[in-house]
Amino acid sequence: MVEKITVGHVHLSGCTGCLVSFADNYEGLFKILDDYADLVYALTLADVRHIPEMDVALVEGSVCLQDKSSVEEIKEAREKAKVVVALGGCAAYGNITRFCRGGQWNQPQMESYVPIAELIDVDLYIPGCAPTPQQIRNVCIMAYLLLKGNDEQKELAGAYLKPLMDLAQRGDEACGCDLMYDVINQGLCMGCGSCAAACPVRAISMEYGKPNIDRDLCIKCGACYAQCPRSFFNFDVMNEFEGISELIKGVME
Amino acid sequence: MVLGNYKSVVAARSTDNEILKGAQDGGIVTQLFAYALEEGIIDGAIVAGPSDEPWKPEPVIATTKAELLAARGTKYTLSPNIALLKEATRSYGLDRIGIVGTPCQMQAVRKAQLYPIGMRDVPDKIALAIGIFCMENFPYQSLEAMVEDHCNVKLESVKKLDIGKGKFWAYTERGAVAQIPLKVTHKYEQPGCHVCLDYVSNLADVSTGSVGAPDGWSTVFVRTQNGENAWGKAIAAGCFETKPIEEVKPGLDLVTKLATEKITKNQKTLEARATFGVGKGLRNPYI
Ligand SMILES: Cc1cc2nc3c(=O)[nH]c(=O)nc-3n(C[C@H](O)[C@H](O)[C@H](O)COP(=O)(O)OP(=O)(O)OC[C@H]3O[C@@H](n4cnc5c(N)ncnc54)[C@H](O)[C@@H]3O)c2cc1C
Ligand code: SF4
Ligand code: SF4
Ligand code: SF4
Repeated sequence: MVEKITVGHVHLSGCTGCLVSFADNYEGLFKILDDYADLVYALTLADVRHIPEMDVALVEGSVCLQDKSSVEEIKEAREKAKVVVALGGCAAYGNITRFCRGGQWNQPQMESYVPIAELIDVDLYIPGCAPTPQQIRNVCIMAYLLLKGNDEQKELAGAYLKPLMDLAQRGDEACGCDLMYDVINQGLCMGCGSCAAACPVRAISMEYGKPNIDRDLCIKCGACYAQCPRSFFNFDVMNEFEGISELIKGVME
Repeated sequence: MVLGNYKSVVAARSTDNEILKGAQDGGIVTQLFAYALEEGIIDGAIVAGPSDEPWKPEPVIATTKAELLAARGTKYTLSPNIALLKEATRSYGLDRIGIVGTPCQMQAVRKAQLYPIGMRDVPDKIALAIGIFCMENFPYQSLEAMVEDHCNVKLESVKKLDIGKGKFWAYTERGAVAQIPLKVTHKYEQPGCHVCLDYVSNLADVSTGSVGAPDGWSTVFVRTQNGENAWGKAIAAGCFETKPIEEVKPGLDLVTKLATEKITKNQKTLEARATFGVGKGLRNPYI
C-alpha cells in the first residue's frame, strides 16, 4: 500500500452538515480512510485533543471572534497543516453565520462570526451549504494524487484543484450577487440554469431564461457562482471528463 | 478540437414518422430519448417543453413518449434546462437522467459532474446527455422582434422556426414562409454567446444538428462510451436509418467550416475583452 496522506477535520462554528456530507460518501468514506487518508484529528471521530501536524486540514465553520479557543484553533490549524481547505460555505464565506446577532444561550455575547480567510491564508475553497459528498470526495482524491501520485497524476490533480485554489484567492465574501457582478454584468451569462439548480435555498429562479436572485433568501454559501460554467471553466480538465470520471470511479472501487 | 472527440459520425434520421412530423431535423433527440426511456437506459429526460407563451420553452422532465413529442423542435430562445438537473433527482427521483442542451449546457453538465459544488448526488446520474449544434441563441424578446417585427408574422401563428442557408425562417400554420437574412438577426443575439467556444457540443455523449446533412436528416456524432452504448442499441433496434457522412452533401466540411468560424470569431471577442477599457479588461471565464 502506498503511503497515505494525513487529514484532519477542524470544527469551528458550523452545523456539522459538512462532516455529515463527507460521511455521506458511505462506503466511499471507508475507502478513502482505508487506502488514501489517515484521519488524524476530528472531534467525535478521533480521540485526539490537540491539533496535530497534518497534510490537509478540512475546516468546517466560521470563527467566532469572541471565542478565544476558536481563534487559537484556526491559527494553530494554519501552522500545523500543509494545506488548509475551507470546507463549506461557513468556513469559506461566513454563510448563514454572517447573519448572527448574538443573544443565544449560553453565550449571549458571541455575536461576530467571520470566514476563516479573514484570519489566516486559505489554500482551497469547497463552497456550498452543505458541500456535496461528491465534491469533497473529488478534492480528497485529487489532494492525494497531488501529494502522492506520479507525475502525470500530479499534473491532472493540480489542474483540477486550481480553480478551487483560485476561489480562495478571490475573496472571502460570496453571495448570489457574485453572479450579477462577475457573470451577468460582465456579459457572460448564457442562461443555462446551473446557478438555480445549485442554490440550496432556492433563492434563484430563471425568468425569461436568466437568473433572478432573491437576495432576502440568499444565505451566502457561494455555490451558485462556483457552479456557473462562466465563473470558471478549465478546458484541460473538463474535456477529459470521461477519463477523470473513470479515474475517480476506479480509485473508489 | 473544433469538432471535439468522437468515436463515429453519420447522417441519420428516425424511422418513426410520428416523431419526424414535428421534429426539427432527423428527430434524433426525440427518437433516441424515446428509445432510451423504453429500454430503461434513462428514467426521464430534461427537454425544452412548451409554456404559456408561444415559442417560449419551459424546461420539463419528460417521463413519457407523449411528453417527449410535445417538446420536439427547436426554440431559438433560452431554455435553462440545467435548472432542473438536481430537481430531476429529487421531486422526480430519477436515477438515470437524460438531458438535451446546447454546447454551453453540455459544458454545464460536465462541470456539474466534475465539480458538483451545488449538485449533490447528481454526478453519477447523468445517463445520456444529447447535445445540439449551436451557433447562437436569442433572448425571448429578441425572438419576438425577429419574428413579429422583421418577418411580420405573429409568433402564435408560427409552426416552425429554422436557421439555414444563411437565413432565419418562419413557417406559419397556414403555409406562409417568411425569411430574413442572418445579418439582420446578429444584433439580437444573446451576448453570452459571443464568448462561446463550442459549436457541435463537444462534451455531449451524442451530439446532433442539421448542418452537414441533407434536409430532413441530421449529422450525428457519437462521442463517449455511454453514447456509443445507447446509439448502438438504438441502431440495432431499427430506430434510425443512417448514411455514411462521406456520402451525403454538404457533409463534414461544412460542419468544420462553421465550427471553425464560430470559434475563431469568439476567440477574437475574448481577446478584445482583455483590453475593453483603458488599461482594464473584462473577465475571461476560461482562465
Ligand atoms: C439555439 C439553437 C441554435 C441552434 N443552432 C444550430 C446550428 O447552428 N446548426 C445546426 O446544425 N443545428 C443547430 N441547432 C440544432 C437544431 O436546430 C436541432 O435542435 C437539432 O438538429 C435536433 O433536431 P432533431 O430533429 O434531432 O431533434 P427534435 O427531435 O426535434 O428534438 C429537439 C430537442 O431539442 C430541445 N430543444 C429545443 N429548443 C431548445 C433550446 N432552446 N435549448 C435546449 N433544448 C432545446 C427540444 O426540447 C427537443 O428535445 C440549434 C438549436 C438551438 C436550440
Ligand atoms: S443565491 Fe443561493 S447558491 Fe448563491 S450564494 Fe446565495 S444561497 Fe448560495
Ligand atoms: S449558471 Fe451562470 S451562465 Fe448559467 S444561468 Fe446562471 S449565471 Fe448564467
Ligand atoms: S452559442 Fe454557445 S453560449 Fe450561446 S446558446 Fe449556443 S452553445 Fe450556448
